[in-house]
Amino acid sequence: MSENDNLNIDRHDVEAVNKKENRPLYKKREKIHPKRVKGTFRNLKWWIMLATLSVYYVVPWIRWDRGPGIPDQAVLIDIPARRFYFGFIEIWPQEVYYLTGLLIFSAFALFLVTSLVGRAWCGYACPQTVWTDLFLVVERFIEGDRNKRIRLDRASWSVSKITKRVVKHVIWLLISVATGGAWVFYFADAPTFFKDLVTLQAPFVAYATIGVLTFMTYTFGGFMREQVCTYMCPWPRIQGAMMDEGSLTVTYKESRGEPRGPLHKGQTFENRGDCVDCNACVVACPMGIDIRDGQQLECITCALCIDACDTIMGRIGRPRGLIGYATVAGKEPPRDKKSILKSIFRGRVITYTALMVAVGSIMLFGLITRSDMSINVLRDRNPLYVKLSDGSIRNGYTFKILNKSHLRRTFMLGIKGLKDPDVTVVGNQNVGSGMNHFTVDHDRVQSYRLFIAVSGKSLASPSRDIEFILTDINSGRTATYDSVFRGPEK
Amino acid sequence: MADNKHVDDVSGTETTGHEWDGIRELNTPLPRWWLWVFYATIIWSIGYWVLYPAWPYPGGYTKGLIGTTGRMEFIEDVKKAEAFQAPFEKKLAAAKLEQVRTDPELLEYAMAGGKSAFAVNCSQCHGSGAEGFKGFPNLNDDEWLWGGKLEDIQFTITHGIRNDTDEDSRSSEMPAFLKDEILDRQQISDVAEYVMSLSGSSTDVQAANKGKAIYAEQCAQCHQPDAVGSTEFGAPNLKNAIWLYGGDKKTIVETVSYSRKGVMPAWGQKLDADVIKKLTIFVHSLGGGK
Repeated sequence: MSENDNLNIDRHDVEAVNKKENRPLYKKREKIHPKRVKGTFRNLKWWIMLATLSVYYVVPWIRWDRGPGIPDQAVLIDIPARRFYFGFIEIWPQEVYYLTGLLIFSAFALFLVTSLVGRAWCGYACPQTVWTDLFLVVERFIEGDRNKRIRLDRASWSVSKITKRVVKHVIWLLISVATGGAWVFYFADAPTFFKDLVTLQAPFVAYATIGVLTFMTYTFGGFMREQVCTYMCPWPRIQGAMMDEGSLTVTYKESRGEPRGPLHKGQTFENRGDCVDCNACVVACPMGIDIRDGQQLECITCALCIDACDTIMGRIGRPRGLIGYATVAGKEPPRDKKSILKSIFRGRVITYTALMVAVGSIMLFGLITRSDMSINVLRDRNPLYVKLSDGSIRNGYTFKILNKSHLRRTFMLGIKGLKDPDVTVVGNQNVGSGMNHFTVDHDRVQSYRLFIAVSGKSLASPSRDIEFILTDINSGRTATYDSVFRGPEK
Repeated sequence: MADNKHVDDVSGTETTGHEWDGIRELNTPLPRWWLWVFYATIIWSIGYWVLYPAWPYPGGYTKGLIGTTGRMEFIEDVKKAEAFQAPFEKKLAAAKLEQVRTDPELLEYAMAGGKSAFAVNCSQCHGSGAEGFKGFPNLNDDEWLWGGKLEDIQFTITHGIRNDTDEDSRSSEMPAFLKDEILDRQQISDVAEYVMSLSGSSTDVQAANKGKAIYAEQCAQCHQPDAVGSTEFGAPNLKNAIWLYGGDKKTIVETVSYSRKGVMPAWGQKLDADVIKKLTIFVHSLGGGK
């Protein structure tokens, strides 16, 4: 019987399964049975789980009216039509740099958060953490908390054990199917696609995607769990570069806790540390480590050990926060205004913020000034030019008009940089001299062939810069494209 | 070896028993996941033996249960493509050339077919961009020796030019004025000056004037008195900026002295009428119409 009994503390006689000394290179994985904790961070994590799961499941069902004939799904990645809809933003394949910008922005956001509060992404918002947490809730609900689960693992097979296992895995699989199932709605009109899925009318690739994602959710959340973070994910390896001595992270305050030891009856906290060595933090840890060993690669800073320890500290009447957010140096987080400011405005933080602002502004500027029309010109390279019987030189071009608006529009084409060009459009009846009219349907790319001929004498040099100017007849807005006109070498 | 196992003191791992200057090689086991994947691939390969052609034996090979090969898949793909093309081919065969040009769908089909047929059959001489070479006409420009209308082009492709395999081959022969001793060198030089003067590149007015009479006598029958040429004889226009063999005096003298005899095969003997139809549409689109 433990000495802590009189203080109503369970003392767990355990060692962290992923303690460095307990884990030689070729050791088989030992199952971790995290114990349920209650407290501030656990509550925060419930809310974050609710929020992230809601976003994931609800977003494809949000509608956004864009006018007739255009998808009304707020977020839609329309791969067959090569369009990406995101609220009022609509991206064509040519504008994939917006996506790159978004990724860069997210990366800097991740860096910034890490340099401020450590691996907050890993501990709170990463899908691996959220789904593992969800799987653990199911596991705990069916098989009971830590000790019951350990006993059940050791127990020989019985009707009750088989029932519990079957129910647990069925629920896990249902969650997994729902996870994979929700994913595909981002790629098609959700309501119609849901009907297709249920009536088995959806394309094979949809079922295959759901199958793969179901399998991954089931294995990652149910079996691999902490191994995904420790062995598969590159982020723990990169994090070291993002943190400095001013970053907050989940830390055991050694100076306050040591020397640790069980609390004997009648003992005071004179000449000893606050840590009563109850191992509550160890059994709570989903990563199977002992936070008191210091910073470790495995720690995702889920903060559950903070709640576990705070509960114990409350019972023995010591101040909370023996395990808590502190800097790597082990100092308490700054309390007074001046030192808070100082710890926030570090060079690293300012740099990441500046980079985020820069990338964000460029993207915002790009989106606001995004043109809903554009022209692409491809010059014939074979042959470079054709000499006609009257001695004039002709160049061939293929030009594409991109009408990115939701209206059918008529455009006018002008060519700048040549003297009296004779312009012929192949396959367009409205051929005039120099100017032609082109009508393009909404959200379409239309391609035309075009010949430009000029008298050989007017060509002073073998290559002349010319400009194609596309004008929207109604709005008068223009789009341009630079090209060249080639003639013979003199 | 099996009876004298050696275990490394530091790592506790068995060694292979090999030793080099006191250094032993650890017999570290393969990661288990790797091993299982390896076994899984072996089992997977057995499936291949059963399903696909795999093992050779004298006089043949195992055919496999599903009886398919890459070659058969290819043939099936070709059949599928042919089935897709069939309605277009039928429509194309029935349509007149001018009808093809005004039907956008058929035009697109014919253009695509014509382009690939051109690359296979015509590009060797006329160039991959139909830009031509010395002696091989540029098909992009607006001079057509034998006519640039759809029917003219179709006839030229079908029967060829100056070949001896097709009776209807386009045919004409320019005399070799020096070789056949019709004109002497001075006369040829003069007529060359005259021809150059037609496009404004002569420098010797006197010689050109002398050449004018010779031209009227010797050349005007085919190239016409006003030198605009004639598609009936494949006689080029001598007044414009386009020269099949070159417009400088040396080349013109050479042409007049020894003649030129460009030859084109009769593609009707090798290609289907439908392919020629597609080629006609494609070539016409490059610079035809005249």
